[in-house]
This record gives sequence, C-alpha cells and structure tokens, in this order.
Amino acid sequence: MQILNYIGYFLVSIGAAFLFLGGLGILRMPDLYTRLQAGTKASTLGAMSTILGIGFMQPEWMVKTIIIVIFIAIANPLSSHALARGSHKAHQLPYLKDENVGDAYEEEIENLQKNQKEEDK
Amino acid sequence: MDLFFIIIISVISLGAIFAVIRFIKGPTASDRVMALDTLSVMLIAVMVVLGFIMKRYIYIDVSLVYAVLGFIGVITIARYLEGGI
Amino acid sequence: MTHTEIILTVISLVVLIIAGFYAVMKKDLIHAVIATSVISLVLSLVFYLLQAPDVALTEAAIGIALSTIIFIITVRNTKRFEDK
Repeated sequence: MQILNYIGYFLVSIGAAFLFLGGLGILRMPDLYTRLQAGTKASTLGAMSTILGIGFMQPEWMVKTIIIVIFIAIANPLSSHALARGSHKAHQLPYLKDENVGDAYEEEIENLQKNQKEEDK
Repeated sequence: MDLFFIIIISVISLGAIFAVIRFIKGPTASDRVMALDTLSVMLIAVMVVLGFIMKRYIYIDVSLVYAVLGFIGVITIARYLEGGI
Repeated sequence: MTHTEIILTVISLVVLIIAGFYAVMKKDLIHAVIATSVISLVLSLVFYLLQAPDVALTEAAIGIALSTIIFIITVRNTKRFEDK
C-alpha cells in the first residue's frame, strides 16, 4: 500500500502550507473582515487536508478522521459567520481607501426596517 | 521521529505563533476572538499529527472533542458583542 | 520524550505565561475572558504532550465551553470595565 502513503504525504504537505498561510494572513491583513477571510477559510482547508492525509497514512483511523473533518467543515464557517455578524452590529467599520464607497449591508438593513414600518401601518 | 513530521510541526507552529502575535496586538475584542478560533483549528491539526507519531489510537479523541465543542465559546462571545445573548 | 516535543512544551509554557499575565493586567473584562480561553486551549496541548489524554479531554470540554459561557453571563450581569 505504498500509493496510499504517497497520497497521505502530499495531503499533509498541502495542509501544513495552508495553515502557515492562514497564520501569515491573520498577521498582515489591514482590518477585521479581511483577517477573518484569510484566517478562517485558509485554516479550514489546511486542517481538513492535514487530518485527511493522516487518515490516508493509517487506514484503520479513517472513520474517526472523516468524522473530525465533517465536524470542522460544519463548525468553523458557523463561528466565522457569527463573529462577522456580531462585530458588524457592534459598529466596527471596514478599512476603506476610498471614502465614496458605502456600506451595502447597512443600507440593506435600513431598507428592511423601513419596509417593515410601512407594512405595520 | 521522521524529518518530514518535524518540518510539518515546525511550519504549523510558526503559523500558530503568528496567531498569538495577533492575539497580543489586536486592537478590538473581535480580533482576539478570531485569533483564538484560528489557534484552536491549528492545535487540532497538530494534535492529530502528534497522535500519529506516537501511534496511539486513543489520542485522536481529544481533537474530536475540540472539533465538536470548539465553536461554542466563539459563538457565545460573538452574541455578547452583538448585544443580545 | 523526543527533542521536538520538549521544544513544543517550552513554547506552550511561554505562551501560557504571556496569556496569564494578559488576563490579570487587562481592564476590559471581555479581553480577560478571551485570554482565559487561550490559557485553557494551550494547557490542553501541554497535558497532551505529557501523555495524559484523559486530563486533556476534561480540560477541553470544561475549559473552552462551560467556563467561557459562565464568565460571559457574569460579565453581562455586572459591568464590562474594571475600575481603575
């Protein structure tokens, strides 16, 4: 079973590279939302690939590694979404180079509230 | 221990050190929570690799518990920052 | 223990000291709660490296979920900033 071993080495290398890039992005990006983008997505792919590679190297552990991968794929985007929504509601603004660019999500929320009031009347 | 796994663990630990630096520097509470989230995912990967090196099947359970329970604290802090827990 | 595990343990202990100092010195209590959560996370890795996976399991389950929720509810019911 040499071929499974080689697939495992390849996946673990890819995963470690993506985890390193996630850490680098978390350190270098300018504001919260880009940091969230770099940190969560890259580290999710990195962790999933590393754990799946270990599962390929040791085929008796495959079931438990697949369970861990499924739980990471569910839980990590969930916490990222909750964090982005909460910090936007706490009025933490993104970093804008151009002052003319507006906040589309804020306008959407205002329009929704306006429509709600008109429906109430 | 194989040289390959030493390099893998060193690279992931370097990323984790970057996350710790962001945790120390980060201006607001949201940055720190995000650094905590990324750090927990990196530690899950390191724990699985260490369990493979030590050849113990039972060691995988710790990272399984982290993967199941790790997001509850982050969601609680995010709900507090939003204003309605 | 091999050399890699000893180096990992030393790095983890340094991070533990930094986070503990941070949790004590901060005036914003939410930052202190997050630092407590980081302490629990890294302490679990130290237990894992010292080959005690049952203790690491308990630390993971209690430290990252239960104690964070209890601290956040406490901060919400009192106040967020500590007095000078």
